[in-house]
Amino acid sequence: MIADWPILSLTVWLPIVGGFMVLASGDREANATKWTALTIAILTFIVSLPLWFAFDSATADMQFVERVPWVPGFDIEYYMGVDGISMPLIILTTFITPLVVIAGWEVIQYRPSQYMAAFLIMEGVMVGVFSALDAMLFYVFWEAMLIPMFLIIGVWGGPNRVYATIKFFLYTFFGSVFMLVALIYMYFQSGSFDILGFHTLKLGLTEQILIFIAFLLAFAVKVPMWPVHTWLPDAHVEAPTGGSVILAAIMLKIGGYGFLRFSLPITPDASHTLDWLIIGMSLIAVVYIGFVALIQQDMKKLIAYSSIAHMGFVTLGFFIVFIISQNSENTGGAVLGIEGGMVQMVSHGFISAAMFLCVGVLYDRLHSREIKDYGGVVNTMPVFAAFMVFFAMANAGLPGTSGFVGEFMVILASFQADFWYAFLAATTLIIGAAYTLWMVKRVVFGDVTSEGVASLEDMNRREFIVLGTLAAAVLLLGLWPAPLVEVMDASVNNLLQHIAVSKL
Amino acid sequence: MQFDATQLIPVLPEISLLTLACLVLLVDLFIREEQRIASYVITQVGLLVTVAVTLAVASSETQILFDGSYIRDPMSDLLKVGVLLVTFISFLYAKDYLIQRDLFKGEFYTLGLFAVLGMTVMISANSFLTIYLGLELLALCLYALVAFNRDSPQGAEAGMKYFVLGALASGMLLYGISMIYGTTGTLQFDELAQVVSKGDMNQIVMIFGIVFLVIGLAFKLGAVPFHMWVPDVYHGAPTAVVAFLASAPKIAAFALAMRLLVDGLAELNGGWQGWQGMLIILAVLSMGVGNLIAIAQTNIKRMLAYSTISHVGFIMLGILAGTKEGYTAAMFYTLVYALMSAGAFGIIIALSRKGFEAENLDDMKGLNQRNPWFAGMMLLLMFSMAGVPPTVGFFAKLFVLDAVVSVDLTWLALVGVAFSIIGAFYYIRVVKLIYFDQPEDETPLSIGVDTQVMLSINGLSMLVLGLFPAGLLSLCAAAIGS
Repeated sequence: MIADWPILSLTVWLPIVGGFMVLASGDREANATKWTALTIAILTFIVSLPLWFAFDSATADMQFVERVPWVPGFDIEYYMGVDGISMPLIILTTFITPLVVIAGWEVIQYRPSQYMAAFLIMEGVMVGVFSALDAMLFYVFWEAMLIPMFLIIGVWGGPNRVYATIKFFLYTFFGSVFMLVALIYMYFQSGSFDILGFHTLKLGLTEQILIFIAFLLAFAVKVPMWPVHTWLPDAHVEAPTGGSVILAAIMLKIGGYGFLRFSLPITPDASHTLDWLIIGMSLIAVVYIGFVALIQQDMKKLIAYSSIAHMGFVTLGFFIVFIISQNSENTGGAVLGIEGGMVQMVSHGFISAAMFLCVGVLYDRLHSREIKDYGGVVNTMPVFAAFMVFFAMANAGLPGTSGFVGEFMVILASFQADFWYAFLAATTLIIGAAYTLWMVKRVVFGDVTSEGVASLEDMNRREFIVLGTLAAAVLLLGLWPAPLVEVMDASVNNLLQHIAVSKL
Repeated sequence: MQFDATQLIPVLPEISLLTLACLVLLVDLFIREEQRIASYVITQVGLLVTVAVTLAVASSETQILFDGSYIRDPMSDLLKVGVLLVTFISFLYAKDYLIQRDLFKGEFYTLGLFAVLGMTVMISANSFLTIYLGLELLALCLYALVAFNRDSPQGAEAGMKYFVLGALASGMLLYGISMIYGTTGTLQFDELAQVVSKGDMNQIVMIFGIVFLVIGLAFKLGAVPFHMWVPDVYHGAPTAVVAFLASAPKIAAFALAMRLLVDGLAELNGGWQGWQGMLIILAVLSMGVGNLIAIAQTNIKRMLAYSTISHVGFIMLGILAGTKEGYTAAMFYTLVYALMSAGAFGIIIALSRKGFEAENLDDMKGLNQRNPWFAGMMLLLMFSMAGVPPTVGFFAKLFVLDAVVSVDLTWLALVGVAFSIIGAFYYIRVVKLIYFDQPEDETPLSIGVDTQVMLSINGLSMLVLGLFPAGLLSLCAAAIGS
C-alpha cells in the first residue's frame, strides 16, 4: 500500500539532503551541479505525486501520517500528515520548485551551487511547514524557512537587497516569536504539542483573543495583510526572479494556511469576535492596495502589490464564514468562502509565479524593471507577448483562467454575508484589470520605444518550457477546478463543523 | 573522622587535573623553546584523560565527602565533562594564535589548568568555603590570563579592571555568606536547606545575606547591572584567552548559581522576597541592556560580550523558574552557549593572523568569498545564537521559555522573545557582512588542519544538536534528577 510509505518525510528530506549535496559539489562543475539540482527537484515532484493520487478525499482525517517521538522530555513529536487543506499546497510547492530551478539556469552566474541549494532546502522546509502536525515541528520549519530566503534575497538580489532582506527577516521573525509563546502556553494547557489536540482544547475568551492576536501577528505578516505588508514590495523588488516566485507562489500561502490550521480551529470564538478586524483589513488590502498597485512604475512592485490585493481575497473568504453562518442555516455559503480562498491561493501560486517569471524574462535582457523602459515588446517578442497577455488576463480574473474561479467563489460567498462586502470585493475585478492590463499595454503593445526593445530576442526554449507549463496549469485549473475542490471538500466541511461549535 | 582512601575516588578528576597542572609546570621548565608544543600536547591529552576519569567515577548516586564540604552527583559529573571538553576545544583554537604572537608559553596552560581545577572545585562544592575556594582559584588564574600579553596596555588595563571588580564581587559574596552563616550556623548546603525549611533563622539577616550572595553571583555571571567588566575584558584580552574565558567559566558560573541558590536556598525562591524576584530583575535587565547595546558595537569581541550578557539573562530565566524542568533547561542552555561561544571566538581567531587582529565587524566582510565553508560554520553559529531553528540555539531558548511559562510567568517569556527579536538584528548583521558584502582583505585564510576539523565539528554540532536535541536534553535531565 503506497499510503504506508513515508512519502511526506521523503518529500521533505529528499530536497534538503539533495540541497546539501549540491552545496557540497561546489561551482567547479557548474553544469553538472545544475543538472543535479534539477533532477532532485523533479524527483521530489514525482515523489510527492502519490499524495494527490493516493489521497482519500472522502475523509477529513489526516492521511500519510508519520509519528515518532522527537524530544520526549518536552513531548515534542515528529508528527506529520496531510488533509485536503495542506495536500494541494504541498503539490504546489513541489510543482513550482523545478520551474524555479530551470528559470535560474543561465541567469545565475554567481555561486550557482549555493543558489540552487538554497531553493532545494527551501522546498523541503516549506513542505515540512504544510505537513507538520506537531506545533514545534511546525515552528521549526516555519522559522527555518527564513534562513535560505534571507540569503537568496541578500546574495543574489538587486542594489538595495541588504535593506530589503533584513527588513524581511526582522518582520517575519517579529511576527512569529509571539506565536511561539502562544504555542508554549497551549502546550501547558493541553499537555502536548499536537496541533489536532489544540483544536479540541477548551479555552476562555480572553485566552483565545490573546492567542488569536499572537497568531495574527505571525500569519498577517506572512500573508501579508495591510498594514504589515510593507516588507513585501521591498523584498520582491530586490529578490532575484526565483526568490520572488517562491515568495509569492508559496511563502505567502503559508500565512493563509496558518489561518486555516491554527487561528480558525484553535480560537473559533476569538475569530468570530474579531472577524470584523480581519474582514476590514482584507477589504482594505483588496481596494486600497489595488489603487496603490495602479500607480507603480516598477513592474515587480506592481505585481507585489497585486499579490497583496489577491491575498486579501483569501483572508476575506476565510473570515466571512461567521457572518454567513449567522445569516443562514445552510453551510454552503461558508464552504464556498473557504474553498474559494483555497482555490485563490493555489491559483495565485501559478499566476504570480508566472507574472514574476515574465518580468524576469524581460529583466534578464534589458536589466530594467521600469515600465517606462519598455513599450512595443510584442514587435520583437511575439511569443513572449502572448504569454504575458495571457497571464495578465488571468491575474485580472478572466473567466476561463484559474484567477477567475477563486475570486468568483469568494465574491459569491460574500454576497451571502453582506452586499457591501461583495461590492467592495468585486471592485477588484475592475481595479485588478486596470492595473494589470494598463501595465501590459504600456510594456507589450504600441510602437517600439527604444533601441533596447528593438534588440530584444524572443524567448528561448528554457523560458518557453517554464511559462508554457504554468500556462497549462492556469488554464486547467480555470476550466476544470472540480478535482481541486473535491480533495479539499471533506476537510473544509469538517473545519466548518468544528468552528461552528463554541469552545466557551 | 577516620581517613579512608576510598574517599579519594570521587575526587579523582580534581586530583588528575592538579597532577596535570604540576606536570605541565615542571615539564615546561626543562624543554627548549622549539619543543614547547609538548606542553600543549600534555595538556590536551591530560584533559581528555581527565574526561575519561570523570566518566569512570560517574554514577547516578550522590556522594558527600570530606566532612560535607565536597559533593559528587550526576550534575557535577556532566558539568565537569562539559568544562573539560570546552576547555579542550578552546585550547585547540588558541594554539596557533599563541604561536603566531610569541605568546606560546607554558604558563598559559598552567594557568588554564588551575582555572579548570577551580571550576571543578566550584562544581563539586557542598559548602560555602569550598565554593569560595574554587571561585578564587578560577578568578586569580583568569586575571593573569587576561593580562597574558604583557606588552599590551589594553590587556593590562582589562586585567586590572577585572581584578578590581572581581575582588569587589568576591567581597560581596563573602559578606553574604557571613550573614547566612551568622543566622543559620552552617556552611554546608544540605544542612542549610534543613535549617531553612525549619525556618530556624532571622528572616531579615537571611534576606540581606541572599541579596549580597546574588550580587556576587551576578558579578561573576556578568548580569546587568553588574556587567561592566565583561565588554572591557573581552575587548582587552587576547582573543585566544577570550575563547577560553567566554566558554568554560560560564558552565562553572551556572554551577555556582545552582549550588548557592538551589542546593541551599531552594525554599527561599518564592516571589519578590525570595531570589526568584531578584533574578527576574537581573534577567530582564540583562536581556534588555545586553541586546540593545550590542547593536551599537563595531568591535565584534565587544558585541559578543554584550551578547553573552543577554544569554546570561536567558539562562537566569531557567534558574528562576525554580522547577527541575527549569534547571534542566538552564543547564542545556549553558552547555550549548559555551559551545557556541567557543565556536564564534574560534572563527575570530581563524580570521586573525600574525600582525593582524580580526576585531571589527568589518573584518568579517565577504568571508563567503574567502572561505565558503567557514562562512557556513559562522552562519550556523550566528543563527544558533539568535535562536533560529533548526539550530540548537532555538531549542535552548524554547526549553527556557517553556520553563517560565510553566510557572505562570508568561509575561517574562514575552519579554524574552521581544528582546530576542532585537538580538536577532545584530546576529544577522554578521551574516550580512559575511555573505552580502565584498571582502576588503583578500588574504586567504591559513588555518591549521586541527583547527579546521574542530571548527567544523563545532559549527555542525549546532545543526546536529538542533535536529536531535533529545540526547543532550535527557543527559541534562538525568543530571538534575528529574
